[in-house]
Formats: sequence, structure tokens, C-alpha cells
Amino acid sequence: MRMELIQPFIDAADSVFSETLQAPAKIADLSMDENAYRRKGVAALIAIKGDIEGRVILDISPEVAIKIAGQLAGMEVQPTDQVVRETVCELANMVIGNSVTLLNDQGFRFKVFPPEIHVNEEGLANSVDTEALVLCLETPCGDIYLNIAMHYLHRRSRERDTASAVS
Amino acid sequence: MAQFAALLRKDNQPVRYLVVDDSVFARKNLMKMIEMFGGEIAGEAGDGLTAIAEFNRTKPDVVLMDITMPQMEGIEAVERIVRQHAHARIVMVSSVGYQENILAALQKGAKHFVQKPVKPEVLYEILRYVLSDDPTAAGAPVAFAGEHSS
Repeated sequence: MRMELIQPFIDAADSVFSETLQAPAKIADLSMDENAYRRKGVAALIAIKGDIEGRVILDISPEVAIKIAGQLAGMEVQPTDQVVRETVCELANMVIGNSVTLLNDQGFRFKVFPPEIHVNEEGLANSVDTEALVLCLETPCGDIYLNIAMHYLHRRSRERDTASAVS
Repeated sequence: MAQFAALLRKDNQPVRYLVVDDSVFARKNLMKMIEMFGGEIAGEAGDGLTAIAEFNRTKPDVVLMDITMPQMEGIEAVERIVRQHAHARIVMVSSVGYQENILAALQKGAKHFVQKPVKPEVLYEILRYVLSDDPTAAGAPVAFAGEHSS
């Protein structure tokens, strides 16, 4: 996966977390993953379609989500499942929305979809031809995981054309 | 926390807002800001279709409208609301802030755009602008009860 696709997500995450949590986020770990994603807490998946296709998962433990919810609300919040889900969804919306805005400024055109929440124990499958980048961001509220799996659509089309020409 | 002078209509009544976002959390955050600005919640909606129905029911002074939502997205809802209510004051509130999106929303009749995460002081200034006396705008014009201070 090309760095030009990843950097906007890192920049957007840093900007959103700095603004909402009033402290900069630090990259604690960065790795590539070819296996189905195993969530660590509550995960929001946002699909992206267009010049670039794929999906981004934002994953937070319920405890961290409650801390962030309290920070966003400016007061202590009730630790309910709904608050956790809402927090994860809203953070995912903000990080991914800001990321696609940056990518759009680079000339990529695509559409993002509303987040889907995943709380089951199953892995979230990567698409067959896409490896994922897993980013762990350290914030004052705790760790936030971003799992980014994307590819250029036109490159995939070209590969398909090449494959069919060979066979 | 920043303190804001109340944004009031010319008849000194609170400005009435319709808040549209599929995230309950985002709606709550916006409603908290509206409260800080001395406004009143006329209604809320989680998608574009409900937003149209709520607009027709509550006739708000201002709509804060998300873009990416299930069932019907914000830009289409803007188009439909403005088609029926040409002077509706709609401010788009979205994390997706690229130029085409903003232009599309403005072309369909939105008055302004604010990117998430929303800073209260930014939203306040945008609302001041949108609510400022506009000879082409229908409905009650607004007054500002003093300046805001941080």
C-alpha cells in the first residue's frame, strides 16, 4: 500500500485527536497485516468507493471509548453500550472524513459510507487483493487502532486486464 | 469554556434549530453548542428523509445538516427542502470537507459549511453570518445580544 494513501489518515487522526482530546496523538505501532482483522474492542468500519476502494476500521476498547466520550462531552458520561458505539462511530466519521478530504485535495475522487459497528468476535475480512496497515495511536485516553485496507481501483482493473490477456 | 452572547431573532426570541446527523453523539454535541449560543432545539433527525419531515413540521430558523447519512444524504435533503422553502437557512456540518462536496451543497441551496470536529467559536461565527440581516432572506431577522468573549 502506497504511503501517499496512508499519510492523510495519519495526519487526519493526529489533527482530529489533537482537537477533540486536546492533546497530540503519538504513533505507538505500525504494521502490515494480511490476515482477517481481529478487533480489540468496539470497531467501526467505513467503506470507501471510487478512485480508491477499501475500508478503514477504527477500533477502541470500551474503557477508552468512555474516557473519550467524557472528554468530548466535557463531563462524565454513563458507561453504556450506546455511548461506546456512538463515540467510536463519531471518531471514525471525523478521522475518515478528514482523511478523504485530504486525499480529495490530492485529486482522488470517491465516496464514503456511514460507519458499520462490529462487536462480534469474528474477524473482519480484508478484500482478497488488499493488505491492511494497522496503526496504533497513543492518546491521553488510551490506545486507538486504525486498520486501513485500500487500493487504487484503476490499478486493480489494469491487473485484471493483464491477467485475462495472459490466460 | 468560551462564553457566547445569545444569538436571538429580531423579535428577541431564541433562534430555533433543526439538528440533522445520523450520530446521536454528534447531535448532542451540536445541541450543547446551540444551548451555549442561547438557541432552542426545534427538532432533530438522523437522516435526510426525516429531516425534510421535521423541517415541514417545525419550520426552524436554521438547520444544521450532516452530509453522509443513511437513507437520504444531506445534500439531497438540502435540495428538497430548498425546493419547497427557498429561503431555508441550512448549514452543512460534516467531516467530509472537500471542495466538490461543499460546492454541491452550496449549489443545492446550503448557506455555509463547517467541518467536524466542530469548534464552537467557528460555528458561532458562521451562525452569526447566516443569521445576519439579509434582505433576500425570509423569516424573522436576527439580533445579536452583544459580542462573544473567550
